[in-house]
Amino acid sequence: MSLANAFFAIIKRDLVLAMRRRSEIANPLLFFILVITLFPLGIGAQPHLLQSIAPGIIWVSALLAAMLSLDSLFRSDFDDGSLEQILLSAHPASLLVLAKVVAHWLVTGLPLLIVAPLLAIFLGMPTNSLGILLLTLLLGTPVLSLIGAIGVALTVGLRRGGMILSLLVLPLYVPVLIFASNAVEMAGAGLPIQAQLNILISFLFMAVFLAPWPTAAALKMSIN
Amino acid sequence: MSASVSYLLQVNNLSCVRDDRLLFEGLSFAISAGEVLLLEGKNGSGKTSLLRILCGFREPDVGDLSWCGDALSDSSYFADLAYVGHLEGVKKELTVYENLKVALALGQAGSYSIMEALTRVNLEDFADVLVGALSAGQKRRLSLARLLITKNILWILDEPFTSLDRQGIALIETLMSEHCAKGGMIVLTSHHDLTLQGVDVQRIMLS
Repeated sequence: MSLANAFFAIIKRDLVLAMRRRSEIANPLLFFILVITLFPLGIGAQPHLLQSIAPGIIWVSALLAAMLSLDSLFRSDFDDGSLEQILLSAHPASLLVLAKVVAHWLVTGLPLLIVAPLLAIFLGMPTNSLGILLLTLLLGTPVLSLIGAIGVALTVGLRRGGMILSLLVLPLYVPVLIFASNAVEMAGAGLPIQAQLNILISFLFMAVFLAPWPTAAALKMSIN
Repeated sequence: MSASVSYLLQVNNLSCVRDDRLLFEGLSFAISAGEVLLLEGKNGSGKTSLLRILCGFREPDVGDLSWCGDALSDSSYFADLAYVGHLEGVKKELTVYENLKVALALGQAGSYSIMEALTRVNLEDFADVLVGALSAGQKRRLSLARLLITKNILWILDEPFTSLDRQGIALIETLMSEHCAKGGMIVLTSHHDLTLQGVDVQRIMLS
């Protein structure tokens, strides 16, 4: 009985499941692309305005896309009883939950990173800040998934938890949004951004180590 | 399952309140290796609640449980326990084999390999079939096959005979007798009359 074995079995299982129901990957990605492509249409022919708000647009869209994808994290496992089996396992529930969040990020967060540079160019973002945009997304979106997991775990037992979920999770997303979009903006202006990156890195470490526990505890409460 | 350790589940003075309704109180029992406990009672009499308390999903409102004399959280209880509930706990987008592989990774390998277990529950031809394409009875057999591939002493079964045909019921009863003969123990609820050969069956009536 090995913990690493169980950890990777859960990741593999969730990736296979995501491949077999592709809408789970497509939905947040499509939402992300749609929202960003609608902005130039709404704002009109003002390339400078668009360029200056591009980091904010991309980060707000990524945040909303991440939130939209949250419900699928535990929903199907909760409905078919797999969650009971996972929590009943003798392995620490928090690590198995972390495996689920990792798989969920690979499926819903990583695709955003892949299309984000294209959309950034589309919004006219300066090319010297593209790398920083990717870096902030790489550091920030896992935090969104990990924090979101706590919220979903608390609301998965409720029939209509959607509204409560956004109220719970959005305030916790705000710091990530502020520091990440600020870093991209500053990088575009050629200013130092080490402080923002350090804060994002510390968010990530804190979330990886601290979020799985309350998530596992909340799931135990939800299946009660 | 070594004979040197004698497994014992003890339940002392257990009470359960659900939505301000007292389901049962002062419930005490003990099960040791080789025994079966059958919970009977009307719908809503607290059978499933009791099983969920035994699984650790619910905290008992009053009373305590112990495994081999230790509190559940201090013992190997959760490694020794397997639960098959109302929900099958299998993913319908995965094949039969993939589902069991995940179950095996979550537990400790038992006496049967995955293919042996599938042969045992007559699902050997369905290993590569998606679970979504199985009938209700076949899904139930699959979730019971999970008990065979992992090493567990205590089986907790909530209405294991639901949607099984007559052969299926006989098969599960045989598996249950074998499990007890090997020193395992079983707690189950059932409306079906249990016929187990050479096994000590305790009955508790919840009302």
